[in-house]
Amino acid sequence: MIFLTLFIEFFKIGLFAIGGGLATIPFLYELAAKYDWLTPSQLADIIAVAESTPGPIGINCATYAGYNAAGVPGAIAATLSLVLPSFIIIVIISKFLSKYNENTLVQRTFSVLRPAATGLIAASGWTVVNDAVFKLSSKTALFASTDIKAVILFAVLLIFTNIKKFKKLHPLVSIGIAAAVGITFKF
Amino acid sequence: MEKKTNKTSLLNLYLAFARIGLFTFGGGYAMLPMLERECVDRYGWTTRDELLNYFAIGQCTPGVIAVNTATFIGMTERGLLGAAMTTLGVVTPSLVIISIIATLLSNFAHIAAVQHAFAGIRVAIGVLIINAVIKLIKQNKKNMLNAISIAICVLSFLTVVFFDLSPVFVVIAAAVVGLAFGKKEEDNK
Repeated sequence: MIFLTLFIEFFKIGLFAIGGGLATIPFLYELAAKYDWLTPSQLADIIAVAESTPGPIGINCATYAGYNAAGVPGAIAATLSLVLPSFIIIVIISKFLSKYNENTLVQRTFSVLRPAATGLIAASGWTVVNDAVFKLSSKTALFASTDIKAVILFAVLLIFTNIKKFKKLHPLVSIGIAAAVGITFKF
Repeated sequence: MEKKTNKTSLLNLYLAFARIGLFTFGGGYAMLPMLERECVDRYGWTTRDELLNYFAIGQCTPGVIAVNTATFIGMTERGLLGAAMTTLGVVTPSLVIISIIATLLSNFAHIAAVQHAFAGIRVAIGVLIINAVIKLIKQNKKNMLNAISIAICVLSFLTVVFFDLSPVFVVIAAAVVGLAFGKKEEDNK
């Protein structure tokens, strides 16, 4: 039965894909190899759509793959199965944390984890900026494929969002401006 | 942070996370600016410090980080029911949007305007993440602006960017170092 298959497969992905949405993609290729309701070329489309729609990429992929298998009920089944393992685990950790929040060992651990996590976020910021703006890679000459339009948009937005008057603006304002600029100037 | 007298409404939790899901573009940390906006600035459900804790845990537990963080905040606000609300909230936009696109626009990702718009949006996401990092460092002056914290932050950045090591490794290493050498904070505010 397709729903049982979806539940088992996406529960497994949810359980084993550690470290965020992109970690689900290798597992989806395994699914494509195993079942006939998902082909590798469909999967390429799914990833493209997941990246060009709102929502976490991992969730988008699961929703689309589930839809492919069994329509909207399939989409719901796949998505809920994907989040169930982490839901259970986080509920347990959260209970533990609220109990041991004042514990010295827990606080000591987090005192180093927080700056480390900040570094990780900065690293993901760098990856996004590099992919979208500078496009540096070891294969091309320095800045050879850098998109000057993207650099200008990047600089303008960075300055704009750091002007005191505009600091409190909703992040969505920047996203909207960037989308409009992207369409107008054919990024 | 002021003490809350009223319980957070379940509907507010659901709607806030539906908004976060709707306005998250890209994976992982791309949602940080929206999370800060809704959960720290608007509702005061959590602090930037706690968000970092959740992210560090989310990095080395299974599942999508956006969902893990949603579950955490729902759980601390209203227990199991709150966690269910935030988790369902954050996945609802994906379910709706993807189902519509899959039904109506099978070549959605190949439409030129969509591609251009998202190329632009990715630039904005980069800017928003940079600003979020600056804010994290500034707002945690007491905890962050000492030499050791900065060294840890830079080291974890370099490890992932230049040595291509998994973030999971960074988190586990940081946890071990913290257990051994970390310091207890007198005041967590």
